[in-house]
Amino acid sequence: MKSSLKNMVLTLLIITLVSSTAVGLVYLITEGPIAEAKSNKTTGALSKVLPAGEITNDPTADKSVITLDGMDIVVYPALNDDGVVGYAVESSTKMGFSGSFKLMVGFNGDMEVVNIEVLQHAETPGLGSKMGDPNNVLLVSFKGNNPANMKLSVTKDGGDVDAITASTITSVAYIDAVKRAYDAVLSLNEGGLKNE
Amino acid sequence: MSKLQILTKGIIKDNPSFVLLLGMCPMLGTTSSAINGLSMGIATLFVLTLSNIAISLIKDFIPAKVRIPSFIVVIASFVTVVQLCMEAFVPELYATLGVFIPLIVVNCIILGRAEAFASKNNVINSALDGIGMGLGFTMALVLLGTVREALGAGSFFGFKFIEGDGILLFVLAPGAFIALAYLLVIFNKLTAKLK
Repeated sequence: MKSSLKNMVLTLLIITLVSSTAVGLVYLITEGPIAEAKSNKTTGALSKVLPAGEITNDPTADKSVITLDGMDIVVYPALNDDGVVGYAVESSTKMGFSGSFKLMVGFNGDMEVVNIEVLQHAETPGLGSKMGDPNNVLLVSFKGNNPANMKLSVTKDGGDVDAITASTITSVAYIDAVKRAYDAVLSLNEGGLKNE
Repeated sequence: MSKLQILTKGIIKDNPSFVLLLGMCPMLGTTSSAINGLSMGIATLFVLTLSNIAISLIKDFIPAKVRIPSFIVVIASFVTVVQLCMEAFVPELYATLGVFIPLIVVNCIILGRAEAFASKNNVINSALDGIGMGLGFTMALVLLGTVREALGAGSFFGFKFIEGDGILLFVLAPGAFIALAYLLVIFNKLTAKLK
């Protein structure tokens, strides 16, 4: 078609109008399901990181948000009739190889790490992304240990945590996120909700 | 050109990655493992087919001088719609594919086929062209991903066949260039007789 100022302006106007309306409509339709999928992801991660056994409360309802170094950390306490059985902590770090990433760290009542789930990350696939694999070296280093009794740095720097091969930056950031999760629970306990 | 030829030319004769050398950025960036390559390939196949259909439908109403911005708006809208729908209705798939989807907008295969094929052909042929080119791109990505994963991590689609790590260079960016260069040589040597 021959181009004239009038038909060029008109065509672009119509195309952008139709496209943005379509995208807007799809957004309205998908907004609810997306929020639901995200909250399902949180509950799924919670059940994976909290210690096994009876939990009588709804951890997502009793959550508290703590701000450490300008980042929000969400602590989900798990309770039963005897008191606190564990905590799940949604923690993040900005030190990742490709920006920030988010972990869900589960502690039992003695503050030993039960399990860690990677919620969201942008690390290099095949290298840093191994931190999300089941039984990777980072997770194994933490599992069953209380971070207070560990030297929180990679073995290369004299610490107790095995780093993922060729992904030292990711490993250091992972340690940072776990440490932050631990600190968040400690600072929460200072302000009440003591562990029995 | 027959319908079958339109469909199959993207796989060998005009393979977008190995012959036309289009879409190198996602090709090098996302193929650190075979499954990542396959995911990116399928996502691209989907958007490519949809955008080819849409563009061949509206091609008669678009003035020549503003066709590129018009195509890009159409493609970007499709990518956003696909991303939102995937995040809402198949969150498991979105978890693996999510990071690659926004990259599809800047994939020059899609704009390339819109400009070179869909804006000159009817809807059915454009859809076939999109499917064929998408399959060719997917095949190339899986091939490169398999080679890089086998050399770099010692595994095939996640199943390890050696202990520990392979040659880590191949998982990183330089290994992508090296592996792609050798694959190009082999592919063009093997297909030289077919042409």
